Amino acid sequence: MTTSAACAVKRILAKGNEAVCHGAIAAGCRFYYGYPITPQNDIPEYMAAQMPKIGGSFLQAESEVATINMMLGTASTGTRVMTSSSGPGISLMQEGLSFMVGSQLPAVIVNIARSGPGLGGIAPSQGDYFQATKVAGHGDAHLICLAPHSVQEMYSLTMLAFDLADKYRNPVMILGDAIIGQMKEPYEPTPYTSVVPEKPWALTGAAGRAARSVKSMFLKEGEIEAHNWKLLEKFRKIREEEVRFERYMIEGAKFLIVAFGTVARVAKTSIQWARSEGIPVGMLRPISLFPFPEEQVREAIEGVEKVLVAEMNTGQMVEDVQKSTPHHDKIRFFGKPCAMPTPDEILAQIRLIAGVKQ
Amino acid sequence: MKNAAGKDMFSKLVYERPKTLLDRRLHYCPGCHHGTIHKIIAETIDELGQRENTVGIAPVGCAVLLYDYMDLDILEAPHGRAPALATGIRRALPDRVVFTYQGDGDLASIGMSEIIHAANRGENITVVFVNNTTYGMTGGQMAPTTMLGQKTTTSPYGRDFRTEGYPIRMAELLAGLEGVAYSARVTVSSPAHIRKAKEAVRKGFEMQLKGMRMGLSIIEILSTCPTNWGMKPLDAQKRVLGEMADYFPLGVFKEKKQADFE
Amino acid sequence: MATGRIEIDFERCKACELCVPVCPRKCMEMGKTINRQGYMAAVFARPEDCVGCAICAETCPDACIRVWR
Repeated sequence: MTTSAACAVKRILAKGNEAVCHGAIAAGCRFYYGYPITPQNDIPEYMAAQMPKIGGSFLQAESEVATINMMLGTASTGTRVMTSSSGPGISLMQEGLSFMVGSQLPAVIVNIARSGPGLGGIAPSQGDYFQATKVAGHGDAHLICLAPHSVQEMYSLTMLAFDLADKYRNPVMILGDAIIGQMKEPYEPTPYTSVVPEKPWALTGAAGRAARSVKSMFLKEGEIEAHNWKLLEKFRKIREEEVRFERYMIEGAKFLIVAFGTVARVAKTSIQWARSEGIPVGMLRPISLFPFPEEQVREAIEGVEKVLVAEMNTGQMVEDVQKSTPHHDKIRFFGKPCAMPTPDEILAQIRLIAGVKQ
Repeated sequence: MKNAAGKDMFSKLVYERPKTLLDRRLHYCPGCHHGTIHKIIAETIDELGQRENTVGIAPVGCAVLLYDYMDLDILEAPHGRAPALATGIRRALPDRVVFTYQGDGDLASIGMSEIIHAANRGENITVVFVNNTTYGMTGGQMAPTTMLGQKTTTSPYGRDFRTEGYPIRMAELLAGLEGVAYSARVTVSSPAHIRKAKEAVRKGFEMQLKGMRMGLSIIEILSTCPTNWGMKPLDAQKRVLGEMADYFPLGVFKEKKQADFE
Repeated sequence: MATGRIEIDFERCKACELCVPVCPRKCMEMGKTINRQGYMAAVFARPEDCVGCAICAETCPDACIRVWR
């Protein structure tokens, strides 16, 4: 995202899925568990090749259920750990994700989403938005969710994901899709500079200290309620401090696009074309999907006539956009489930909301 | 107190609770073998000097409160997933002793996939498997190990092989996997059996302490659930030594030797 | 003549009776007094015969018994 002023980093050409691995390794992740599923297999394949070379551990688990639980084990020792999967595999991880949230364990889960429901297809999709942002399995559980829209962000947001996971002791999901995973473009592998925090809760064997437990069950009177309030307080803090977004050509805009990930990437081209036609359109791109940039979306909608929410699904994030503003009448939705919209298609939608004859 | 010869009497403490077992009241029902098994594990860890080097995994089931009873670092597992958790811990901390404590519903039903694959990978962990032929905590439902004809709350007419299949013999099944270093079935239903069980648990833990990667060790312990069986604890022990031990034979099914690797 | 002595944690005992038949010297009996858990705890009925073999203590699932010799 940014080039260090002191030393320009050499750009390299990589696939989005590779950039995720580069980011994870740069952030010190040495443990990867996963299970094959299209379209994210480049990630386990890359990790399988790299981990043994750098003193790490790669393990192909027997299922996604086992994967998330192996992660739970490694995370409980205070060690950074990652997996990647796609729709159906992420569904299988939901139980473990809920346990991670309840047990307050950090981990990074990369979802290179495909289309659903069910086996669906291997085409790109944003149909996992609800699954990624609304709840982690059962209970009042949330993931932090980041949505990259470039190979550069696949790298930098993965590094950030590890930091946020440790900071809040909560699992973090990178929500990509088949396109962003397979797309190849140059990016700058900027050095990782964060300091990994101490983990005074980690299970390492009770040597010279009191024994610890990591758990999500609280049976004593009032304990689980108190635990839930404590988690809520954490999510409140996350909503307050970790909102990330991009404003794109929003100056003087009368029309606004709200889109994330690959669709936002495509929309940037459409916006440039629309601007060249004289249509004043801009975009608010949520980078963090949880926390959702509600305030920024609300503010951006205030100043425009119409809003186009574009997604690669039949309408999920649009609900969060509606929640952000009282001006529901301004909102139009354009969805293309299971296929990437072309810049022309989004341009056509922009012309529509702008009332330009086509 | 001194005896007639003037020697101090009863000055030598020969049995007390192991250090690793915290001085707390256990919540288990009267006569439940969980307590006995906790003691054996705690004694073993004490004797091997591994208290500060061990991470345990508590199951879903009556024994979930393991972390309230053992003076060890303990992680709580989702139902059946303990071997996957143990895999994740052992790989991150290769020099620690890692054990799981699992019941029959946990290990042989919902967690069958995790135990089979952890065993087949030869994960260097010890699995203490408590087989009491029922789901204790949820109220005595049918387990994969429930005996034919045994009435449970979900097999009210008795387990019928034509609809529910057969009780599964895990110790034998796992012994057949290359990755398993040690597999034994024991019980704690008599003093002699308790001693044998402790020997088996110790062997299981020792497999982890050997210089090279031996593989997974599993100790299946035939146990009572007097409450859900509707039996007095002494009668429940008779059942273990009778019909249960007939169907689930006691013994060592596999024991790898260091020499196997040389 | 006793060569051993045991101490039963009266309040922890759940009266499961497992310690009674295992004592080779028949020193144990079920008591008649109810403890705070509501159980009629086991009692060390014949201390004069105890040899401190600790079989009762090894058997007790609740770790209620300590043994001296």
